Formats: sequence, C-alpha cells, structure tokens
Amino acid sequence: MTEATETAPSTASGRRGALDAADAARVATFAALVAVLGLPGSLSLFGNAVPITLQTLGVMLAGTVLGARRGALAVLTLLVLAAAGLPLLAGGRGGLGAFVGPSAGYLVGFAAGAFVVGLLVQRLRRVTFAGVLVAALVGGVGVVYAFGLPVQAVVTGVPLAQTAWLSLAFLPGDLLKALACAGITVAVARAYPAALRYRTREG
Amino acid sequence: MSPVHRLGAGTKLAALCVCSLALLAVRSPVGAGAAVVGVLGLYALARLGPRAVWSQVRPLRWFVPCVVAVQWATLGPLAACVLTTRLVALVALAGLVTATTPTSLLLAALERALGPLRRVGLDAERAALVLALAVRSVPVLTALAGTVRDAQRARGREHDVRAFAVPLVVGALRQADALGEALRARGLDD
Repeated sequence: MTEATETAPSTASGRRGALDAADAARVATFAALVAVLGLPGSLSLFGNAVPITLQTLGVMLAGTVLGARRGALAVLTLLVLAAAGLPLLAGGRGGLGAFVGPSAGYLVGFAAGAFVVGLLVQRLRRVTFAGVLVAALVGGVGVVYAFGLPVQAVVTGVPLAQTAWLSLAFLPGDLLKALACAGITVAVARAYPAALRYRTREG
Repeated sequence: MSPVHRLGAGTKLAALCVCSLALLAVRSPVGAGAAVVGVLGLYALARLGPRAVWSQVRPLRWFVPCVVAVQWATLGPLAACVLTTRLVALVALAGLVTATTPTSLLLAALERALGPLRRVGLDAERAALVLALAVRSVPVLTALAGTVRDAQRARGREHDVRAFAVPLVVGALRQADALGEALRARGLDD
C-alpha cells in the first residue's frame, strides 16, 4: 500500500470525485451480495408482493460494511440492474413492475436505508453490537418503512394507517434481521480487519 | 418486430413514467376500465398474448386478495375494484416495457437517466464498469453462497443466519478487494 492509494479514496468520499478501483469492486460485489441474499430460502408472506427474504439484511450489511455512500451505491446498482429486467430482487423478481407496484417505495427506501445505516455506523466510536443494532433499526427498518409505507398507501389507495397495520406482519422479521446484522457486522469486523476500512479513512 | 418493440427504450421509460402518474389519478370505474382496455390494447399491438400479461402480473397474485379485503373494509366495494384494477393495470403496463425491451437497451437508457449522479462522483464510464462487474459477481457469489451453505449443513447449523452470513460476507469482501487490486494493477486509477 503506497501513500497515494491510501489517501485517494478519502478525498473521493468526502468531496466530489470518482469511485476508485477498490471502491468500484466493493460496490459491485455488494450489489451482487444483496441479490444473492434475496435468493435462498425466500419465504414470503402475501405472496411475492413484498416478500420476506434475507435481502433487507443485505441492504443493512451494505451500509454497515461499505459505509454510507458506497453502501447506497451498491443498492442503487442492484436496483438499476433489476429495473433493466434482471431477476435480482427478493424471490427472483425483477423488471419495471416492481418499481411501479406496491413494493416501489421499499426499493427506494433500500438505497436511502443503506445510506443512513452507513452514516450512523461511521459515527460510532467503536463497532459494538448495540451501536450497529441501533443503526440497523433506524436505517434498515425505520427509513425503509418511511419510504415504503406512503408509496404503498398511494399505489393501493389504502389509507396510511391501514397500510401500516398490514405491514406489521413484516416487522418481526425485520427486527430479527437488524439483530442478525449487528452480530454479523461485529463478527466480520473481527474476522477481516480491513472490512470496515472506510471508518479509519473518513474518521 | 411490433411497433411497441421498435420504440426506443428511453421513450418507453418516459411514457411509462407519465402513464404511471396518470393511472394513479384514476378514481372512477370508467377510468379504470379505460386503463385496462388501453393496456390490453398495447399488449395486442406488441403481439403478446394473455400468457405474457399473466407472467407480468403474477407476482401480485397473493397480494391482491389481501389488499382487496382491506380496501373493501375501509373504502367500500366499488373503490376496492377501481383501485385494484388500477394497480394491476399499472404493473401490467410496466411489465410490457420490460417484456418488449432488451435488457441491454433498458440498462443504457437507465444509465443515461442517472446522469445527474455524476455530481456524487459516478461518471458514466465508471457506472458502466460497476454495473458490468455486479452482473459478473452474481454467479460468483451464488457459488460462494452454495459452498458456505454446504459447509454449514455439514456442521448441522443449517438454520443459523449468522453462521451462513459471516463467511459469506468475509468471502465477498476478499473477492472484492482482490478484484479491486486487479483493477488497479490494470491502471484503472491512473
């Protein structure tokens, strides 16, 4: 590692600048990781409308491991590929239908959620279970629902309060995923010290 | 090649945006009926049969009964029919764009639409690279997930999310960082 390669990304993240090679590789790989977490054992409630898979866990992990900007870009990359027609969304869905249907707001919320999760983890002094859990709950659950519920209410015409009741069914799963995200992030940081390297770079 | 297939990807995306917003304003049975006729007409124009329509709206098949029940209870039967018809027509219309446009052309149109992201440091060339790398990474990570899952099964921890995700994320990071090194060795950052 030369001095130049260490400093280049930190200037890129703070101010306007290009994604460097290492960032591009991580963003692309995590986009694929979020897609892969949407595939296996995807159990779903209400059919595939707003399916329960590990995809939201992937969204949270993109934020905790890559940081705000790269995490959001990874999710955005996945969304662009899905919109173009690749079956990468939870339960093998894809195509533009997902972006105009009841799930549309949640998908946009994924990008915003990953950003907020990353932002909160960047603020932590140390990567602790409790700290990451709060970040995952606020960004990965709170922000995602804040985008998802109003859009679902508009698209289905059901008042927001009833929509929220309808979505309560998904809350237990999302809370469990936030817990899993905290445990996984702490374990990954321990197993692969370079994992959360954006923290030391961006301060 | 039908006229719908021949239309440019960007044109179809823009038309879909306008039509979606228009459809969300539909509140009357007549409007909902017109939307269905219009969407089915477009499918016919694209020479796609009922099977194509079904495959596009199929993801809604369990959601619709649930939402109809809630709409019926809160808004009454007529509103439930209108709103649900509108929703299905909207998804079918979006599906028509997906079904009649090659993925590569849609991707190019979406890349152009995301042009303003240059401001956050994502120039078009780098965006195209990231998208291509992501497509390439999906089978790689699917294989990695399969390996991890097998190892987990061998240890009898099939239902432990952590035991599955930690090695998967660490493996993905190693993969990504090796890829980043390779890209830099090829002069990507110069």
